[in-house]
Amino acid sequence: MSHDLPDSIQRRRLLQGAAALPLAGLPALALAQAFPTAKVNTTKLAVTDTEVTVGQLHSGTGTMAISETGSIQAEQLAIDQINAMGGVLGRKIKVIKEDGASDWPTFAEKSKKLLVNDRVACVFGCWTSASRKAVLPIFEKENGMLYYPTFYEGLEQSKNVIYTGQEATQQILWGLDWAAKEKKAKTYFLVGSDYIWPRTSMKIGRKHIEGHLPGSKVVGEEYYPLGHTNFNSLINKIKVAKPDCIFVAVVGGSNVAFYKQLKAAGVTADKQFLLTISVTEDEVLGIGGENMAGFYASMKYFQSLDNANNKAFVSAFRAKYGPTSVIGDVTQAGYLGPWLWKAAVEKAGSFDVDRIAAASAGIELKTAPEGYVKVHDNHHLWSKTRIGMAQADGQFKVVAESPGLIEPNPFPKGYQ
Amino acid sequence: MSLSEMLNIGLMQGFAGLSLFSVLLLMGLGLAIIFGQMGVINMAHGEFMTIGAYTIYLFSHLAESYAPKFVAVYFPVAIVAAFGFAFAAGWAVEWLFIRHLYRRPLDTLLATWGLSLGMQQIFRSAFGAKEVSPTLPDWLMGSWAPSAGLDIPINGLFVMALTLVVTGGVLLALYRSRWGLRVRATVANRVMANATGINTRQTDRLTFAIGCGIAGVAGAAFTTIGSTGPTSGSLYIVDAFLVVTFGGAASLLGTVVSAFGIAQTQSIAEFFITGSMAKVLTLSLIVLILMLRPQGLFAAKVRR
Repeated sequence: MSHDLPDSIQRRRLLQGAAALPLAGLPALALAQAFPTAKVNTTKLAVTDTEVTVGQLHSGTGTMAISETGSIQAEQLAIDQINAMGGVLGRKIKVIKEDGASDWPTFAEKSKKLLVNDRVACVFGCWTSASRKAVLPIFEKENGMLYYPTFYEGLEQSKNVIYTGQEATQQILWGLDWAAKEKKAKTYFLVGSDYIWPRTSMKIGRKHIEGHLPGSKVVGEEYYPLGHTNFNSLINKIKVAKPDCIFVAVVGGSNVAFYKQLKAAGVTADKQFLLTISVTEDEVLGIGGENMAGFYASMKYFQSLDNANNKAFVSAFRAKYGPTSVIGDVTQAGYLGPWLWKAAVEKAGSFDVDRIAAASAGIELKTAPEGYVKVHDNHHLWSKTRIGMAQADGQFKVVAESPGLIEPNPFPKGYQ
Repeated sequence: MSLSEMLNIGLMQGFAGLSLFSVLLLMGLGLAIIFGQMGVINMAHGEFMTIGAYTIYLFSHLAESYAPKFVAVYFPVAIVAAFGFAFAAGWAVEWLFIRHLYRRPLDTLLATWGLSLGMQQIFRSAFGAKEVSPTLPDWLMGSWAPSAGLDIPINGLFVMALTLVVTGGVLLALYRSRWGLRVRATVANRVMANATGINTRQTDRLTFAIGCGIAGVAGAAFTTIGSTGPTSGSLYIVDAFLVVTFGGAASLLGTVVSAFGIAQTQSIAEFFITGSMAKVLTLSLIVLILMLRPQGLFAAKVRR
């Protein structure tokens, strides 16, 4: 800006520049005009010519906050990136955030509010299976679309849910096969939190151990309420049983107490093999890397994955949320949600839930940080499974990867 | 399972019971003073424990960021600070709310419940909704193995030692100090105590603050066991009230005995049946005993 031009000319130039700004929105406007609201929104969703409203329903408070905060951040990052690219069908995404507060009835109530009052086009939400089970009937009744990011026990399939996390057979079966083959584990002690996901997961795990792994058996199975912090007796029971492998599905804040007390009782990775399906980088932040070091986790994503997509994702996440941010499996699956929704809307050419539900099958995402995923007819994702060894710095080192994509099979024969 | 292994497991399980006993006692002691001696139902007791826990986290964070040499020694300093902060908070709370509500127990219950919600939100706004853990010094982590196969958690030993010190301190203060004399006089006969020149208002404030300070120390001790979040207090409050009511509200010895009973029942039961069922068993026994003896185990003589 030159200082020797008279003020009136400077002002004129400024106004001319400002007048040109709306032209920048022209490409988006053109896109929106190619998809008129009357055509893309026939079910009275919150869609206008310039904006589409979505909902976000996670626990920002309570015992699950340690785990769900990452999903909230990742979904917001994806939405911001999509908006920077012009939005979906020329419309910017607006988010209504609700807090489930780690209380399942609150999840049900808030989902009703989002679908019935706010008429959101889709919801990115839930973490525990209990919260998903609480909201599922509402989504099916009000015909909403939920993008659910957590690895879970399977045995479910719904037109109104896209499951961006793994289901049990993808995560558990391959993980147990690896434990039996690589670690020669024959006896297993199963530990979990006391609600549907750990119990169903262990049921599947037990069937696999006793039915499919030769010479293997379960020597103990214990469940403790969510939020429980006193595991001393359990640890003594484990010492009595002396299992080759402790298979753990403890959820949320209880993880911190469990691993701290394991270490305090002298159960460390050099003496005991432990495989968990419920600890990601987010939980290790609370547990402390030194308490987890040497234990293994079975997930489809680890922050340390070495591919171009992941490197870009991690740096974008850290640029937005701080250089010490950690990204776990569920956080990454949360990140996939908005992208998969955008792809489904563009493929269907509409925001209507029936159309995007039908269009979702077959959608591929080559830019996924975990590598490559494809949506199956059953609304789950084809994905690889990896085994990571926890390091003292809070990251996981990937020590094994499934040779190919594992097909999601939420209703496996012989496991129910 | 050889005999020595069974012995080791038995010892470790016994230690687990003692560990739980010291946790419950530490939780109940502060409340025993406030509820037992003063008759104030403090629903915010768990939040004072959380103050102590967050103080440890704060000191751990400061030590790590600004003075890495102090990471090994910050813990005892932080515990004293936890007592101090909780004491100060208790003093403020008594002066603001509680002193207006002494003859209105149901109103204190409501007021302190509201206070607990407010404090939880303050923690949430100040420290975030995620649970946090301090970095514990090395000498507190891991286990002590006097013989092969016998692993005693060091933080369990620390909590037991701390409980011993705090309980001893409280008993000493209550029965050997001038403050203790004033407290016992006020509890026994407030009017007479006033008449003899004891400033009962000041005594009440000091007693409440000391009870909250002890809660702060309890919260500090618990950071060695689990993580701290804004709602951690609600995990402890029920057990704290259980211990105090079961033991008999006005008796400190009752608190000790009830903490021991509850801890051993819970811990032994947990070893043989599942965790949830053990809790059911323990609570059912407590309910049964309270139904037969509603004033608790050790009660001041009551006219039936």
